Amino acid sequence: MELIGQGIVQALRLLLSGDAEVWRIAGLSLAISATATLISLAVGIPLGTLLALARFPGRGFAISLVNTGMGLPPVVVGLFVTIVLWRSGALGFLELLYTPTAMVLAQFVIAAPVVIGLTLAAVQQIPGQFRLQLLALGASRPQMVWSLLKEARLPMLAAVMAGFGAVISEVGASLMVGGNIKGSTRVLTTATVLETSKGNFDVAIALSLILLALMFLVNWALTWIQQGRRA
Amino acid sequence: MGRALKGRPRLKLWVVLLVMLSAPWLSVLWPAPPAAAQSNTVILSTTTSTQDSGLLDLLVPMFEKKTGMTVKTISVGTGQALALAARGEADVARVHAPSVERKYGEEGKMRNRRLVMYNDFVVIGPEDDPAKIKGTPRVADALKRIADTQSRFVSRGDKSGTHVLELGLWKQAGIEPKGAWYIESGQGMGQTLGIANDRRAYTITDRGTWLAFQKRISLPILIEKDKPLLNIYSVMEVNPANGPRVNVAGGKAFADFMVAPETQAVIKVFGLDKYGQPLFVPIAGKADTDFQ
Repeated sequence: MELIGQGIVQALRLLLSGDAEVWRIAGLSLAISATATLISLAVGIPLGTLLALARFPGRGFAISLVNTGMGLPPVVVGLFVTIVLWRSGALGFLELLYTPTAMVLAQFVIAAPVVIGLTLAAVQQIPGQFRLQLLALGASRPQMVWSLLKEARLPMLAAVMAGFGAVISEVGASLMVGGNIKGSTRVLTTATVLETSKGNFDVAIALSLILLALMFLVNWALTWIQQGRRA
Repeated sequence: MGRALKGRPRLKLWVVLLVMLSAPWLSVLWPAPPAAAQSNTVILSTTTSTQDSGLLDLLVPMFEKKTGMTVKTISVGTGQALALAARGEADVARVHAPSVERKYGEEGKMRNRRLVMYNDFVVIGPEDDPAKIKGTPRVADALKRIADTQSRFVSRGDKSGTHVLELGLWKQAGIEPKGAWYIESGQGMGQTLGIANDRRAYTITDRGTWLAFQKRISLPILIEKDKPLLNIYSVMEVNPANGPRVNVAGGKAFADFMVAPETQAVIKVFGLDKYGQPLFVPIAGKADTDFQ
Protein backbone atom coordinates (compact mmCIF):
# COMPACT_ATOMS: atom_id res chain seq x y z
CA MET A 1 0.00 0.00 0.00
CA GLU A 2 2.87 2.29 0.82
CA LEU A 3 4.09 1.71 -2.73
CA ILE A 4 0.82 2.99 -4.23
CA GLY A 5 1.08 6.11 -2.09
CA GLN A 6 4.60 6.63 -3.38
CA GLY A 7 3.28 6.09 -6.90
CA ILE A 8 0.64 8.79 -6.51
CA VAL A 9 3.23 11.23 -5.19
CA GLN A 10 5.57 10.27 -8.01
CA ALA A 11 2.80 10.71 -10.60
CA LEU A 12 2.01 14.19 -9.36
CA ARG A 13 5.69 15.08 -9.29
CA LEU A 14 6.26 13.81 -12.83
CA LEU A 15 3.27 15.74 -14.17
CA LEU A 16 3.78 18.96 -12.28
CA SER A 17 7.52 19.14 -12.84
CA GLY A 18 6.67 19.11 -16.55
CA ASP A 19 8.77 15.99 -17.10
CA ALA A 20 9.00 16.23 -20.89
CA GLU A 21 9.35 12.48 -21.38
CA VAL A 22 6.17 11.64 -19.44
CA TRP A 23 4.11 14.26 -21.26
CA ARG A 24 5.47 13.01 -24.54
CA ILE A 25 4.57 9.41 -23.70
CA ALA A 26 1.08 10.41 -22.60
CA GLY A 27 0.57 12.56 -25.71
CA LEU A 28 1.72 9.74 -27.93
CA SER A 29 -0.65 7.27 -26.25
CA LEU A 30 -3.56 9.62 -26.81
CA ALA A 31 -2.55 10.45 -30.38
CA ILE A 32 -2.06 6.85 -31.51
CA SER A 33 -5.17 5.47 -29.86
CA ALA A 34 -7.38 8.39 -30.87
CA THR A 35 -6.27 8.08 -34.48
CA ALA A 36 -6.86 4.34 -34.46
CA THR A 37 -10.32 4.90 -32.95
CA LEU A 38 -11.22 7.58 -35.51
CA ILE A 39 -10.22 5.36 -38.41
CA SER A 40 -12.17 2.49 -36.85
CA LEU A 41 -15.22 4.75 -36.67
CA ALA A 42 -14.81 5.84 -40.28
CA VAL A 43 -14.70 2.20 -41.37
CA GLY A 44 -16.80 0.59 -38.67
CA ILE A 45 -19.93 2.76 -38.67
CA PRO A 46 -20.70 2.25 -42.40
CA LEU A 47 -19.90 -1.46 -42.17
CA GLY A 48 -21.92 -1.93 -39.00
CA THR A 49 -24.89 -0.07 -40.54
CA LEU A 50 -24.63 -2.14 -43.69
CA LEU A 51 -24.61 -5.38 -41.67
CA ALA A 52 -27.63 -4.19 -39.69
CA LEU A 53 -29.76 -3.13 -42.64
CA ALA A 54 -28.71 -5.19 -45.63
CA ARG A 55 -29.82 -8.76 -46.21
CA PHE A 56 -27.39 -10.95 -48.12
CA PRO A 57 -26.25 -14.57 -48.08
CA GLY A 58 -23.58 -15.19 -45.45
CA ARG A 59 -24.77 -12.28 -43.31
CA GLY A 60 -25.06 -14.45 -40.23
CA PHE A 61 -21.55 -15.74 -40.80
CA ALA A 62 -20.22 -12.19 -41.23
CA ILE A 63 -21.87 -11.10 -37.99
CA SER A 64 -20.38 -14.08 -36.16
CA LEU A 65 -16.97 -13.08 -37.51
CA VAL A 66 -17.44 -9.53 -36.23
CA ASN A 67 -18.59 -10.77 -32.85
CA THR A 68 -15.53 -12.98 -32.56
CA GLY A 69 -13.38 -10.04 -33.66
CA MET A 70 -14.72 -7.98 -30.76
CA GLY A 71 -12.63 -10.20 -28.52
CA LEU A 72 -9.54 -10.47 -30.72
CA PRO A 73 -6.51 -11.09 -28.49
CA PRO A 74 -4.18 -8.09 -28.98
CA VAL A 75 -1.05 -10.27 -28.96
CA VAL A 76 -2.41 -12.30 -31.85
CA VAL A 77 -3.10 -9.09 -33.78
CA GLY A 78 0.38 -7.88 -32.85
CA LEU A 79 2.03 -11.03 -34.10
CA PHE A 80 0.28 -11.02 -37.47
CA VAL A 81 0.69 -7.29 -38.06
CA THR A 82 4.40 -7.68 -37.21
CA ILE A 83 4.84 -10.50 -39.72
CA VAL A 84 3.03 -8.55 -42.44
CA LEU A 85 5.14 -5.45 -41.75
CA TRP A 86 8.47 -7.28 -41.59
CA ARG A 87 10.95 -6.28 -44.28
CA SER A 88 10.31 -9.72 -45.74
CA GLY A 89 6.53 -9.41 -45.24
CA ALA A 90 3.80 -8.42 -47.67
CA LEU A 91 3.90 -4.74 -46.65
CA GLY A 92 7.62 -4.71 -45.82
CA PHE A 93 8.40 -2.20 -48.55
CA LEU A 94 6.53 0.45 -46.57
CA GLU A 95 9.14 0.16 -43.76
CA LEU A 96 6.45 0.79 -41.16
CA LEU A 97 7.47 -1.65 -38.44
CA TYR A 98 8.52 0.02 -35.18
CA THR A 99 6.75 3.28 -36.07
CA PRO A 100 3.68 4.95 -34.52
CA THR A 101 1.87 4.28 -37.80
CA ALA A 102 2.33 0.54 -37.31
CA MET A 103 0.78 0.88 -33.85
CA VAL A 104 -2.20 2.76 -35.32
CA LEU A 105 -2.65 -0.06 -37.81
CA ALA A 106 -2.59 -2.78 -35.13
CA GLN A 107 -4.92 -0.82 -32.86
CA PHE A 108 -7.28 -0.22 -35.77
CA VAL A 109 -7.50 -3.98 -36.31
CA ILE A 110 -8.38 -4.37 -32.62
CA ALA A 111 -10.91 -1.51 -32.45
CA ALA A 112 -12.69 -1.90 -35.80
CA PRO A 113 -14.65 -5.09 -34.90
CA VAL A 114 -15.73 -3.47 -31.62
CA VAL A 115 -17.09 -0.45 -33.47
CA ILE A 116 -18.72 -2.57 -36.19
CA GLY A 117 -20.33 -4.89 -33.64
CA LEU A 118 -21.67 -2.13 -31.40
CA THR A 119 -22.91 -0.07 -34.39
CA LEU A 120 -24.70 -3.15 -35.65
CA ALA A 121 -26.37 -3.63 -32.26
CA ALA A 122 -27.21 0.09 -31.97
CA VAL A 123 -28.89 0.28 -35.37
CA GLN A 124 -30.68 -3.04 -34.93
CA GLN A 125 -32.29 -2.06 -31.65
CA ILE A 126 -34.30 0.63 -33.45
CA PRO A 127 -37.77 -0.80 -34.09
CA GLY A 128 -38.45 -1.79 -37.70
CA GLN A 129 -41.59 0.36 -37.82
CA PHE A 130 -39.46 3.48 -37.50
CA ARG A 131 -37.72 2.60 -40.74
CA LEU A 132 -40.99 1.90 -42.52
CA GLN A 133 -42.44 5.14 -41.25
CA LEU A 134 -39.51 7.13 -42.59
CA LEU A 135 -39.82 5.51 -45.99
CA ALA A 136 -43.59 6.06 -45.97
CA LEU A 137 -43.01 9.73 -45.24
CA GLY A 138 -41.04 9.87 -48.46
CA ALA A 139 -37.50 9.75 -47.11
CA SER A 140 -34.88 8.65 -49.59
CA ARG A 141 -32.65 5.72 -48.64
CA PRO A 142 -29.65 7.87 -47.57
CA GLN A 143 -32.02 10.08 -45.57
CA MET A 144 -33.43 7.00 -43.87
CA VAL A 145 -29.97 5.69 -42.95
CA TRP A 146 -28.94 9.09 -41.65
CA SER A 147 -32.06 9.27 -39.46
CA LEU A 148 -31.40 5.81 -38.12
CA LEU A 149 -27.82 6.70 -37.25
CA LYS A 150 -29.00 9.86 -35.52
CA GLU A 151 -31.47 7.77 -33.58
CA ALA A 152 -28.71 5.33 -32.63
CA ARG A 153 -26.13 7.93 -31.68
CA LEU A 154 -26.29 7.35 -27.93
CA PRO A 155 -25.48 3.64 -28.03
CA MET A 156 -22.93 4.42 -30.75
CA LEU A 157 -21.05 6.69 -28.39
CA ALA A 158 -20.65 3.58 -26.30
CA ALA A 159 -18.95 2.08 -29.35
CA VAL A 160 -16.51 4.99 -29.39
CA MET A 161 -15.75 4.53 -25.70
CA ALA A 162 -15.35 0.78 -25.98
CA GLY A 163 -13.11 1.04 -29.04
CA PHE A 164 -10.93 3.73 -27.53
CA GLY A 165 -10.78 1.94 -24.19
CA ALA A 166 -9.73 -1.29 -25.85
CA VAL A 167 -6.81 0.25 -27.72
CA ILE A 168 -5.39 2.75 -25.25
CA SER A 169 -5.20 0.08 -22.56
CA GLU A 170 -3.72 -2.51 -24.89
CA VAL A 171 -0.07 -3.50 -24.47
CA GLY A 172 0.71 -6.74 -26.34
CA ALA A 173 0.29 -5.50 -29.89
CA SER A 174 1.83 -2.10 -29.18
CA LEU A 175 4.93 -3.73 -27.75
CA MET A 176 5.33 -6.05 -30.73
CA VAL A 177 4.71 -3.70 -33.63
CA GLY A 178 6.06 -0.56 -31.97
CA GLY A 179 9.11 -1.98 -30.25
CA ASN A 180 8.76 0.37 -27.26
CA ILE A 181 11.31 2.81 -28.71
CA LYS A 182 11.99 5.79 -26.49
CA GLY A 183 10.57 9.01 -27.91
CA SER A 184 8.90 7.28 -30.82
CA THR A 185 6.75 4.29 -29.97
CA ARG A 186 6.89 4.21 -26.17
CA VAL A 187 3.35 4.71 -24.90
CA LEU A 188 1.91 4.60 -21.40
CA THR A 189 1.23 0.86 -21.36
CA THR A 190 4.57 -0.24 -22.82
CA ALA A 191 6.45 2.22 -20.61
CA THR A 192 4.65 0.74 -17.61
CA VAL A 193 5.81 -2.76 -18.57
CA LEU A 194 9.37 -1.51 -19.02
CA GLU A 195 9.51 0.37 -15.72
CA THR A 196 8.07 -2.65 -13.90
CA SER A 197 10.73 -4.92 -15.39
CA LYS A 198 13.35 -2.38 -14.35
CA GLY A 199 12.03 -2.52 -10.82
CA ASN A 200 10.94 1.15 -10.85
CA PHE A 201 7.56 0.30 -9.39
CA ASP A 202 6.80 3.85 -8.29
CA VAL A 203 7.30 5.19 -11.82
CA ALA A 204 5.23 2.28 -13.18
CA ILE A 205 2.40 3.15 -10.80
CA ALA A 206 2.70 6.81 -11.76
CA LEU A 207 2.37 5.94 -15.45
CA SER A 208 -0.63 3.70 -14.71
CA LEU A 209 -2.36 6.49 -12.84
CA ILE A 210 -1.71 8.89 -15.71
CA LEU A 211 -3.22 6.33 -18.10
CA LEU A 212 -6.30 5.97 -15.89
CA ALA A 213 -6.67 9.76 -15.66
CA LEU A 214 -6.39 10.08 -19.43
CA MET A 215 -9.00 7.38 -20.01
CA PHE A 216 -11.29 9.04 -17.50
CA LEU A 217 -10.97 12.46 -19.15
CA VAL A 218 -11.76 11.11 -22.60
CA ASN A 219 -14.70 9.05 -21.37
CA TRP A 220 -15.97 11.94 -19.31
CA ALA A 221 -15.99 14.16 -22.40
CA LEU A 222 -17.80 11.47 -24.38
CA THR A 223 -20.31 10.86 -21.60
CA TRP A 224 -20.93 14.58 -21.41
CA ILE A 225 -21.93 14.53 -25.07
CA GLN A 226 -23.90 11.30 -24.70
CA GLN A 227 -25.91 12.46 -21.73
CA GLY A 228 -26.68 15.83 -23.29
CA ARG A 229 -24.31 17.81 -21.07
CA ARG A 230 -26.24 16.91 -17.97
CA ALA A 231 -23.62 14.50 -16.66
CA MET B 1 -38.59 18.62 -34.77
CA GLY B 2 -37.20 19.60 -31.38
CA ARG B 3 -34.89 16.62 -31.70
CA ALA B 4 -33.25 18.07 -34.80
CA LEU B 5 -32.72 21.44 -33.14
CA LYS B 6 -31.09 19.79 -30.18
CA GLY B 7 -28.96 17.76 -32.55
CA ARG B 8 -27.14 20.81 -33.95
CA PRO B 9 -25.00 21.80 -30.96
CA ARG B 10 -24.19 18.13 -30.43
CA LEU B 11 -22.84 17.97 -33.95
CA LYS B 12 -20.63 20.95 -33.19
CA LEU B 13 -19.40 19.22 -30.06
CA TRP B 14 -18.53 16.22 -32.14
CA VAL B 15 -16.39 18.37 -34.42
CA VAL B 16 -14.67 19.98 -31.43
CA LEU B 17 -13.99 16.57 -29.95
CA LEU B 18 -12.59 15.19 -33.19
CA VAL B 19 -10.25 18.15 -33.54
CA MET B 20 -9.22 17.80 -29.90
CA LEU B 21 -8.43 14.15 -30.34
CA SER B 22 -6.53 14.57 -33.59
CA ALA B 23 -4.50 17.62 -32.55
CA PRO B 24 -1.78 15.77 -30.64
CA TRP B 25 -1.51 13.32 -33.49
CA LEU B 26 -0.69 16.08 -35.97
CA SER B 27 2.19 17.19 -33.79
CA VAL B 28 3.49 13.64 -33.81
CA LEU B 29 2.99 13.01 -37.50
CA TRP B 30 4.34 16.33 -38.67
CA PRO B 31 8.02 15.76 -38.04
CA ALA B 32 7.60 12.15 -39.19
CA PRO B 33 10.62 10.82 -41.06
CA PRO B 34 10.16 11.17 -44.82
CA ALA B 35 10.63 8.02 -46.85
CA ALA B 36 14.20 8.98 -47.72
CA ALA B 37 15.20 9.12 -44.07
CA GLN B 38 14.21 5.48 -43.61
CA SER B 39 17.43 4.22 -45.20
CA ASN B 40 19.11 6.29 -42.54
CA THR B 41 17.57 4.12 -39.87
CA VAL B 42 19.48 1.36 -38.15
CA ILE B 43 17.52 -1.39 -36.43
CA LEU B 44 19.46 -2.71 -33.45
CA SER B 45 18.23 -5.94 -31.92
CA THR B 46 19.60 -6.37 -28.47
CA THR B 47 19.18 -8.01 -25.10
CA THR B 48 16.85 -6.71 -22.45
CA SER B 49 19.53 -6.57 -19.76
CA THR B 50 21.54 -3.88 -21.53
CA GLN B 51 18.51 -1.70 -21.97
CA ASP B 52 17.41 -2.23 -18.40
CA SER B 53 20.83 -1.10 -17.20
CA GLY B 54 20.44 2.22 -19.03
CA LEU B 55 23.70 1.90 -20.98
CA LEU B 56 22.01 2.10 -24.37
CA ASP B 57 20.10 5.23 -23.38
CA LEU B 58 23.54 6.80 -23.09
CA LEU B 59 25.27 5.27 -26.13
CA VAL B 60 22.51 5.45 -28.74
CA PRO B 61 22.15 9.27 -28.65
CA MET B 62 25.97 9.52 -28.90
CA PHE B 63 25.91 7.41 -32.04
CA GLU B 64 22.96 9.30 -33.54
CA LYS B 65 24.67 12.63 -32.96
CA LYS B 66 27.90 11.43 -34.48
CA THR B 67 26.44 9.83 -37.62
CA GLY B 68 23.12 11.57 -38.13
CA MET B 69 21.44 8.16 -38.29
CA THR B 70 18.41 7.10 -36.28
CA VAL B 71 18.61 3.92 -34.22
CA LYS B 72 15.55 1.80 -33.49
CA THR B 73 16.43 -0.30 -30.49
CA ILE B 74 14.41 -3.48 -30.22
CA SER B 75 15.01 -5.02 -26.80
CA VAL B 76 14.31 -8.72 -26.78
CA GLY B 77 16.08 -11.81 -25.47
CA THR B 78 19.31 -12.84 -27.18
CA GLY B 79 17.52 -15.74 -28.88
CA GLN B 80 14.94 -13.49 -30.50
CA ALA B 81 17.50 -10.76 -31.23
CA LEU B 82 19.56 -13.16 -33.33
CA ALA B 83 16.51 -14.80 -34.91
CA LEU B 84 15.23 -11.39 -36.07
CA ALA B 85 18.66 -10.46 -37.43
CA ALA B 86 18.94 -13.80 -39.21
CA ARG B 87 15.69 -12.97 -41.02
CA GLY B 88 17.10 -9.62 -42.07
CA GLU B 89 14.63 -7.81 -39.80
CA ALA B 90 17.48 -6.00 -38.03
CA ASP B 91 20.79 -4.51 -39.16
CA VAL B 92 23.03 -5.22 -36.20
CA ALA B 93 22.73 -7.35 -33.06
CA ARG B 94 24.22 -6.78 -29.65
CA VAL B 95 23.99 -10.00 -27.71
CA HIS B 96 25.55 -12.19 -25.05
CA ALA B 97 25.42 -15.90 -25.79
CA PRO B 98 28.76 -16.90 -27.38
CA SER B 99 27.69 -20.45 -28.23
CA VAL B 100 24.57 -19.28 -30.09
CA GLU B 101 26.46 -16.42 -31.72
CA ARG B 102 29.05 -18.83 -33.10
CA LYS B 103 26.29 -21.00 -34.54
CA TYR B 104 24.80 -18.05 -36.43
CA GLY B 105 28.31 -17.07 -37.54
CA GLU B 106 29.02 -20.54 -38.90
CA GLU B 107 25.71 -20.58 -40.76
CA GLY B 108 26.73 -17.31 -42.41
CA LYS B 109 23.63 -15.49 -41.11
CA MET B 110 25.67 -13.13 -38.97
CA ARG B 111 29.20 -11.91 -39.48
CA ASN B 112 32.11 -9.97 -38.09
CA ARG B 113 31.49 -10.85 -34.44
CA ARG B 114 33.44 -8.48 -32.22
CA LEU B 115 33.67 -8.47 -28.45
CA VAL B 116 32.46 -5.29 -26.77
CA MET B 117 32.47 -5.75 -23.01
CA TYR B 118 31.75 -8.14 -20.20
CA ASN B 119 30.25 -8.25 -16.78
CA ASP B 120 29.51 -11.36 -14.82
CA PHE B 121 26.71 -13.59 -13.67
CA VAL B 122 26.16 -14.51 -10.06
CA VAL B 123 24.12 -17.21 -8.36
CA ILE B 124 21.86 -15.75 -5.72
CA GLY B 125 19.53 -17.45 -3.30
CA PRO B 126 17.88 -17.33 0.11
CA GLU B 127 20.05 -16.29 3.05
CA ASP B 128 19.63 -19.63 4.86
CA ASP B 129 20.94 -21.39 1.73
CA PRO B 130 18.99 -24.71 1.98
CA ALA B 131 21.24 -26.45 -0.59
CA LYS B 132 24.38 -25.24 1.21
CA ILE B 133 26.08 -23.95 -1.92
CA LYS B 134 27.84 -20.92 -0.49
CA GLY B 135 31.59 -21.21 -0.90
CA THR B 136 31.41 -23.94 -3.56
CA PRO B 137 34.22 -23.00 -5.96
CA ARG B 138 32.66 -24.45 -9.12
CA VAL B 139 29.26 -23.13 -10.13
CA ALA B 140 28.34 -26.43 -11.84
CA ASP B 141 28.80 -28.27 -8.51
CA ALA B 142 26.59 -25.71 -6.82
CA LEU B 143 23.81 -26.30 -9.35
CA LYS B 144 24.13 -30.04 -8.82
CA ARG B 145 23.62 -29.51 -5.09
CA ILE B 146 20.50 -27.43 -5.79
CA ALA B 147 19.09 -30.20 -8.01
CA ASP B 148 20.04 -32.97 -5.57
CA THR B 149 18.30 -31.23 -2.68
CA GLN B 150 15.35 -30.27 -4.91
CA SER B 151 15.71 -26.67 -3.77
CA ARG B 152 13.62 -24.20 -5.70
CA PHE B 153 15.36 -22.59 -8.68
CA VAL B 154 13.88 -19.97 -11.03
CA SER B 155 14.97 -20.14 -14.66
CA ARG B 156 14.36 -17.42 -17.25
CA GLY B 157 13.18 -20.10 -19.69
CA ASP B 158 13.10 -17.60 -22.56
CA LYS B 159 16.18 -18.40 -24.68
CA SER B 160 17.81 -15.20 -23.47
CA GLY B 161 21.59 -15.03 -23.08
CA THR B 162 21.18 -15.65 -19.37
CA HIS B 163 19.01 -18.68 -20.04
CA VAL B 164 21.47 -20.09 -22.58
CA LEU B 165 24.29 -19.73 -20.04
CA GLU B 166 22.18 -21.40 -17.35
CA LEU B 167 21.39 -24.36 -19.61
CA GLY B 168 25.10 -24.70 -20.39
CA LEU B 169 25.85 -24.87 -16.68
CA TRP B 170 23.22 -27.60 -16.08
CA LYS B 171 24.80 -29.55 -18.90
CA GLN B 172 28.20 -29.20 -17.24
CA ALA B 173 26.65 -30.41 -14.01
CA GLY B 174 25.25 -33.42 -15.87
CA ILE B 175 21.69 -32.64 -14.90
CA GLU B 176 18.54 -32.19 -16.91
CA PRO B 177 16.58 -29.78 -14.74
CA LYS B 178 12.94 -30.59 -14.34
CA GLY B 179 10.46 -31.09 -11.57
CA ALA B 180 8.39 -29.00 -9.23
CA TRP B 181 11.52 -27.32 -7.84
CA TYR B 182 12.51 -25.97 -11.28
CA ILE B 183 10.38 -22.90 -12.07
CA GLU B 184 10.47 -21.37 -15.55
CA SER B 185 9.40 -17.73 -15.42
CA GLY B 186 9.45 -17.01 -19.16
CA GLN B 187 10.06 -13.36 -18.34
CA GLY B 188 12.82 -10.77 -18.21
CA MET B 189 15.55 -10.65 -15.58
CA GLY B 190 13.78 -8.12 -13.38
CA GLN B 191 10.54 -10.10 -13.19
CA THR B 192 12.49 -13.30 -12.63
CA LEU B 193 14.33 -11.77 -9.69
CA GLY B 194 10.98 -10.78 -8.23
CA ILE B 195 9.68 -14.34 -8.53
CA ALA B 196 12.86 -15.81 -7.00
CA ASN B 197 12.62 -13.38 -4.12
CA ASP B 198 8.97 -14.21 -3.58
CA ARG B 199 9.45 -17.98 -3.68
CA ARG B 200 12.73 -17.85 -1.69
CA ALA B 201 14.44 -19.59 -4.61
CA TYR B 202 17.88 -19.68 -6.20
CA THR B 203 18.48 -18.07 -9.57
CA ILE B 204 21.23 -16.87 -11.89
CA THR B 205 21.37 -13.19 -12.76
CA ASP B 206 23.75 -10.71 -14.29
CA ARG B 207 25.37 -8.59 -11.62
CA GLY B 208 24.06 -5.34 -13.10
CA THR B 209 20.39 -6.25 -12.76
CA TRP B 210 21.01 -7.66 -9.28
CA LEU B 211 22.60 -4.35 -8.24
CA ALA B 212 19.74 -2.39 -9.76
CA PHE B 213 17.22 -4.44 -7.73
CA GLN B 214 18.95 -4.11 -4.37
CA LYS B 215 16.01 -2.19 -2.92
CA ARG B 216 13.45 -4.79 -3.95
CA ILE B 217 15.02 -8.16 -3.26
CA SER B 218 16.82 -9.77 -0.37
CA LEU B 219 18.70 -12.63 -1.98
CA PRO B 220 22.46 -12.43 -1.39
CA ILE B 221 25.16 -13.54 -3.84
CA LEU B 222 26.18 -17.11 -3.03
CA ILE B 223 28.42 -18.02 -5.98
CA GLU B 224 30.51 -15.61 -8.04
CA LYS B 225 33.75 -15.20 -9.97
CA ASP B 226 33.87 -18.70 -11.45
CA LYS B 227 35.14 -18.64 -15.07
CA PRO B 228 31.93 -19.98 -16.66
CA LEU B 229 30.03 -17.07 -15.10
CA LEU B 230 31.69 -14.53 -17.37
CA ASN B 231 29.05 -12.65 -19.38
CA ILE B 232 30.57 -11.54 -22.67
CA TYR B 233 28.70 -9.09 -24.90
CA SER B 234 29.49 -8.79 -28.58
CA VAL B 235 28.20 -7.08 -31.71
CA MET B 236 27.46 -8.93 -34.92
CA GLU B 237 26.57 -7.51 -38.30
CA VAL B 238 23.77 -8.93 -40.40
CA ASN B 239 24.52 -10.69 -43.66
CA PRO B 240 22.66 -8.64 -46.32
CA ALA B 241 21.70 -11.92 -47.99
CA ASN B 242 19.33 -12.58 -45.05
CA GLY B 243 16.58 -10.45 -46.51
CA PRO B 244 15.63 -7.38 -48.47
CA ARG B 245 16.39 -3.87 -47.22
CA VAL B 246 19.11 -4.69 -44.70
CA ASN B 247 20.96 -1.47 -43.89
CA VAL B 248 24.47 -2.89 -44.20
CA ALA B 249 26.37 0.39 -43.88
CA GLY B 250 24.27 1.47 -40.89
CA GLY B 251 24.75 -1.86 -39.13
CA LYS B 252 28.50 -1.75 -39.66
CA ALA B 253 28.65 1.87 -38.48
CA PHE B 254 26.93 0.93 -35.21
CA ALA B 255 29.16 -2.11 -34.68
CA ASP B 256 32.25 0.03 -35.34
CA PHE B 257 30.93 2.61 -32.91
CA MET B 258 30.54 0.02 -30.12
CA VAL B 259 34.23 -0.92 -30.26
CA ALA B 260 35.56 2.60 -30.88
CA PRO B 261 37.92 3.92 -28.16
CA GLU B 262 35.66 6.79 -27.07
CA THR B 263 32.66 4.46 -26.67
CA GLN B 264 34.76 1.98 -24.75
CA ALA B 265 35.86 4.80 -22.45
CA VAL B 266 32.20 5.58 -21.68
CA ILE B 267 31.45 1.90 -20.98
CA LYS B 268 34.43 1.73 -18.61
CA VAL B 269 32.92 4.20 -16.14
CA PHE B 270 29.21 3.47 -16.69
CA GLY B 271 27.39 2.82 -13.43
CA LEU B 272 30.17 4.17 -11.24
CA ASP B 273 28.12 7.12 -10.04
CA LYS B 274 24.98 5.11 -9.33
CA TYR B 275 26.29 1.83 -7.92
CA GLY B 276 29.77 2.77 -6.74
CA GLN B 277 31.21 0.28 -9.21
CA PRO B 278 31.26 0.11 -13.01
CA LEU B 279 28.73 -2.35 -14.44
CA PHE B 280 30.79 -3.46 -17.45
CA VAL B 281 34.42 -3.99 -18.45
CA PRO B 282 35.24 -2.87 -22.02
CA ILE B 283 37.17 -5.49 -24.02
CA ALA B 284 37.18 -4.34 -27.65
CA GLY B 285 39.95 -5.97 -29.66
CA LYS B 286 40.22 -9.03 -27.40
CA ALA B 287 39.33 -12.58 -28.44
CA ASP B 288 37.33 -15.32 -26.70
CA THR B 289 40.58 -17.20 -26.03
CA ASP B 290 41.69 -14.36 -23.74
CA PHE B 291 38.93 -15.40 -21.34
CA GLN B 292 39.25 -19.17 -21.23
